[in-house]
Amino acid sequence: MTAFIDGLLGGLDTLLLVVFSLCALTGAALMIFLRQPMRVAIALISTMVFLGGIYGLLGVHFIAAFQVLIYVGAVMVFMVYVIMLLEVRELGGTRYSRLLVPGLIGFVMLLGVVLISIWRALPASAGRTGASGNTAFGIGEFSIAFLNEYWLQFELTSVLLLAAVVAAMAVIKVSRRTDKTRPHG
Amino acid sequence: MDRTQLLLAVAAGLFALGLLGVIVRRNVLVMLMCMELMLNGVNLSLVTFAQQTATTAGAVLVFLTFVVATAEIALAIPIVLLLVRDKRTLDLDAYSDLKG
Repeated sequence: MTAFIDGLLGGLDTLLLVVFSLCALTGAALMIFLRQPMRVAIALISTMVFLGGIYGLLGVHFIAAFQVLIYVGAVMVFMVYVIMLLEVRELGGTRYSRLLVPGLIGFVMLLGVVLISIWRALPASAGRTGASGNTAFGIGEFSIAFLNEYWLQFELTSVLLLAAVVAAMAVIKVSRRTDKTRPHG
Repeated sequence: MDRTQLLLAVAAGLFALGLLGVIVRRNVLVMLMCMELMLNGVNLSLVTFAQQTATTAGAVLVFLTFVVATAEIALAIPIVLLLVRDKRTLDLDAYSDLKG
């Protein structure tokens, strides 16, 4: 009985993984086709949420939580806010640039090469596919490794954030200066 | 099809779609969002490899990617705001005088 339930749950797990993957890819494809930036943002948000679901299914729950918190909660809210703030009437005509055909050719070639290499380099390992709960590390193990082995990268990250803050302030200062020199702008 | 192969294929698809969006779209904000999509694809592949090899290095790298994405968007948005205030449009073709 328990073996049956385990098998059922494993099947459900795989089914959910496939469904979430398809939904994420659909959202990503919609980002190419939709015209309005707000709709593109909504498609990207749905893709990110489905990716969070995939992370949760894989057992790395803290990354799923941070995916939703940081990407959806911070980055995309910022992006939606800017889209509403700008309110520039969208240009008429086509939504694609002149590079449409070369871009499509490059897209097909890149995808083909990567998919073929994935197919060849990783032969389907039949034994270890079903094990859904093979989560190797939780948040505790991750935190210990993070602050013991990777503390230098962590500190460098804070330097990067400081540089970003300084650069953003410099950009704002540039905009104030252009305002002074050009009062009607 | 293996689960790892499926996830890696999804990651490659997300990255390729993001790259396609950066190349073919004209709207600057849409291009920024497509860059975020590329970062998401890379994150998915990192998590998949970390899960496969049972190491924490991939998860640590995902966190660093989060930070880089946040810093990138915090810098790119003010630049886009400045450009839009200067040119009054989000069309990338209008910024071609940035070529120098």
